[in-house]
Amino acid sequence: MSYTLGQKQLDSIEDTLNQDLIELGVQCVVLIDMAGNIIADLHSGEMIHDIYALAALAAGNYGAVSAMAKIIGEDEFSLLFHKGQKENIHFSKVSSEFLLITIFGNHVSLGFLRLKVTEAIEKIKKILEI
Amino acid sequence: MAFINQKKKEVQVKIVYYGPGRGGKTTNLEYIYNKFNHRIKTEIVAIKTHGDRTLFFDFLPFNIGKIKGYDAKIQLYTVPGQVKYNATRSLVLRGVDGIVFVADAMTVRQDKNILSLENLRENLSLYKKSISKIPLVFQYNKMDLAEQGIPLLSYETLQQTLNSQLKVPAFQASALLGTNVVQTMKKIITMTLTSLQKELE
Repeated sequence: MSYTLGQKQLDSIEDTLNQDLIELGVQCVVLIDMAGNIIADLHSGEMIHDIYALAALAAGNYGAVSAMAKIIGEDEFSLLFHKGQKENIHFSKVSSEFLLITIFGNHVSLGFLRLKVTEAIEKIKKILEI
Repeated sequence: MAFINQKKKEVQVKIVYYGPGRGGKTTNLEYIYNKFNHRIKTEIVAIKTHGDRTLFFDFLPFNIGKIKGYDAKIQLYTVPGQVKYNATRSLVLRGVDGIVFVADAMTVRQDKNILSLENLRENLSLYKKSISKIPLVFQYNKMDLAEQGIPLLSYETLQQTLNSQLKVPAFQASALLGTNVVQTMKKIITMTLTSLQKELE
């Protein structure tokens, strides 16, 4: 089983991520599927992270956290955010199959980021027709 | 679930090494990494316990060049083999495209192989996948132990107990020495990409 995304859809997704998130000042944004495949990745400047490993770990991490939510009687945890000293990671579910990972520094406010991530996700859903 | 990127002309495929604990799944990936490290740009990602056992998964991305004009990126994963880690084991199977079942050829591990294969069948069914339809290869590992006088199951016995109904390709191997490790990997990659052939045309 497989799925295919065409050039037009991928261009639209990248435009959205660029306008909504990279221009906001985030360092890196990656759209992945729950199998750990990378759909699109954008960076401000040079790519400095191993995003294939990051995608595999993020998909596993999201699956593990969702399983924990179910154990305590929640459908899911809506906010998934890891805070570091300089860089932070925010995970947001796009649909049951897709996940958006955003890496950003302390100069970007979490509240504003969440707002922009929500907007971007709505646009991506339309592009993916989900 | 393989992802075909028409923009980058790239296909990403997920292959999982499954099997009972201490069967040699991680050793397979380590051998592949050491043999091809000139072509693999990253390190193996391994989430281990303090006792050096796989806790969640090992992960090794691997570029194999162009297939039908697409850059093929193969993502190799292992699962934790220990029975108690079934919750994380089933998570790794999400979106799997092809499976290598690493069976332990030691006579004392016969029951563990059968239980693990049954567990694979159950976990695949959680994702509405069937063990008889997904690309699958058996690897009967630890054949090198025969030289040390350790009782091993014969190829015929292993075929009879694990592969009599599935009838998929099977290799006798030693993950430690590298015997048939690359052949096993090549076989599962070929079978998995063949299953995607229609989508790649």
